[in-house]
Amino acid sequence: MRRLFAHPLAWPLAALALLLLANGLFNPGFLALQVRDGHLYGNLIDIANRAAPLALVSMGMTLVIAVRGLDISVGAVLAIAATVAAWTITHLEAGGSAHGLLPLFAAIGAALGIAALCGLWNGLLVARAGMQPIVATLILMVAGRGLAQLISDGQILTIYYAPYAFIGRGFLLGLPFALFVVAFVFVALKLLLDRTALGLFVRAIGDNPAAARLAGVRAGAIMPALYLFCGLSAGMAGLLVSSNVASADANNAGQLLELDAILAVSLGGTALTGGRFSLAGTLIGALIIQTLSTTIYSTGLPPQVNLVAKALLVVVVLLLQAPRFRQQMLSLLRPRPRSPA
Amino acid sequence: MSGTSAAAPPRNRLARAARDPAALSLAVTVSLFIAMALSGGFAYQGFFAPQVFLNLLIDNAFLLVVATGMTFVILTGGIDLSVGAVVAFTTVLLASLVEHHGWHPLGAMALALMAGTVFGASMGLMIQRYRLPPFVVTLAGMFLARGAATLVSVDSIGMNNGFQMALAGLRIPVGSASLSVGAVTALVVVVSAIVLARSTQFGRTVYAIGGNEQSAVLMGLPVASTIVRVYALSGFCAALAGVLYTVYMLSGYSLHATGLELDAIAAVVIGGTLLSGGSGHVVGTLFGVLVLGLIQTLIAFDGTLSSWWTRIVIGVLLLLFCLLQRLLVRRR
Repeated sequence: MRRLFAHPLAWPLAALALLLLANGLFNPGFLALQVRDGHLYGNLIDIANRAAPLALVSMGMTLVIAVRGLDISVGAVLAIAATVAAWTITHLEAGGSAHGLLPLFAAIGAALGIAALCGLWNGLLVARAGMQPIVATLILMVAGRGLAQLISDGQILTIYYAPYAFIGRGFLLGLPFALFVVAFVFVALKLLLDRTALGLFVRAIGDNPAAARLAGVRAGAIMPALYLFCGLSAGMAGLLVSSNVASADANNAGQLLELDAILAVSLGGTALTGGRFSLAGTLIGALIIQTLSTTIYSTGLPPQVNLVAKALLVVVVLLLQAPRFRQQMLSLLRPRPRSPA
Repeated sequence: MSGTSAAAPPRNRLARAARDPAALSLAVTVSLFIAMALSGGFAYQGFFAPQVFLNLLIDNAFLLVVATGMTFVILTGGIDLSVGAVVAFTTVLLASLVEHHGWHPLGAMALALMAGTVFGASMGLMIQRYRLPPFVVTLAGMFLARGAATLVSVDSIGMNNGFQMALAGLRIPVGSASLSVGAVTALVVVVSAIVLARSTQFGRTVYAIGGNEQSAVLMGLPVASTIVRVYALSGFCAALAGVLYTVYMLSGYSLHATGLELDAIAAVVIGGTLLSGGSGHVVGTLFGVLVLGLIQTLIAFDGTLSSWWTRIVIGVLLLLFCLLQRLLVRRR
């Protein structure tokens, strides 16, 4: 039992299970799954599907945080990618060159390309110009939504092109397509990090940048690549979001996403100080956040409670991670040795 | 800034100022402001009216107050992302107390200022006692304050209390032009902050912590209490800005001042304060806010540019000033 709870994923998993169980107790239909039109339906599938964009962004954020970085521009990058995708489709359709699936692939390519570029820009500012990560990504966070509005001309772009809806609303093998995107990214990253030396390098840079440099780890090349991936993951999330609602809102898409992503990462047991990270934990963290939101919606509490609940959750998780707080709590629990009178 | 410069020739002092990154950065900001104002004056008619410049202060009074509090936080090497949310919470609290519960505005304002200060202090306590990253703690604070604001009222509350209306309408004449109560309050805050930063033990401890926290502890400075007080000060400034915002907008709404924390950080950075802490001036923040305000004024005067250009220009300025800071720090 003790060894079970020493596993890094035990606590996040326990939290998720507890949340789901509480839901199941108060609302017996909550955990039910049913097959309708050959697709699997139910709250559990719904939670996983809605958590997909956050899960993607959080995986990118995990890698950046693992090297003592931070990317607060992900929400803005998501908005840029969504806008670029919508813009590409509307322009190809207006130009009369909307043959078959061409606009779909053009939109995906353009959105992901721009998002990767945004990530690379952040990475170069951090790794080459030597800026603090929060400052470097603040620049794109401030300017990004302005750029997205520049592309969309300040309008909410609506997408009427049917094939695009598949990304965010389509089903594959009875499951939402978005889940396959998340699974693919997760497995690819896992292979890349565990089967090559990359995972080791990332941990080395996060643990001790100076020692990693002396050991010959090329942080100057690895860090921009990680930021690039973080931008790319925000771009993928942008595709999912804009496809799901068939529109791109430069001003509001991905609002406060950076905060949710950081919350998911820290819930999953990744140290915000770098070095120790867990991709699986991050996925569970994203699921916890979405379950919390769904719970609050389904209990009929005002949706605004969500913000407060998340804030309290962050505080609790942070305090539990702080060594000094744990000491204080333990000394409260343990009876003090009686001092000689 | 030691006393030995009294005997030194002025050229030496100038050379020293040129080596001080904060002073050099401040000089760049002030020149930028003057250059922007001049180009605006040549390009657009009626730009050089005194009221145009006083309006910069009137329209950005709350930003100036928030950014002043933020300057102290950043000088210690921290950051406070909760300020925009605290402003929104204050506007909702004020409007709700006055309009729905029959409080006198002055009583409600006093309560709001206290609430902001206590809120800031508790975040400071968490940051200081448990060594939690300021970025994440104040992020949680941002969620909490926004959430609390929506719990008080989801809808915007309009204010038509007589006292509040009179306060909003009051104008203090300055030559041929005039200032609002909010602008005067903001200027008082800036002047007190300059005194606080330059000539009190608190101010010097703030700079010492930003320079090197460990050394500050070893020097016997009250580091722990100063960090808590810095966040309390920022919380107070945010609440005061919320009060000014309520007077300026005559409404309380949980979505007021979204993204204000970004503008405040941008103003501090453009004003020449190093984000790593320890170096910067409150006057710089004043000019940072004025530059941000001037960008908006220029875009409004032009009339053909869309509002999103404001964000893009602020982003570009932020980039330039961050790169400039890197250069200056490296040269030192």
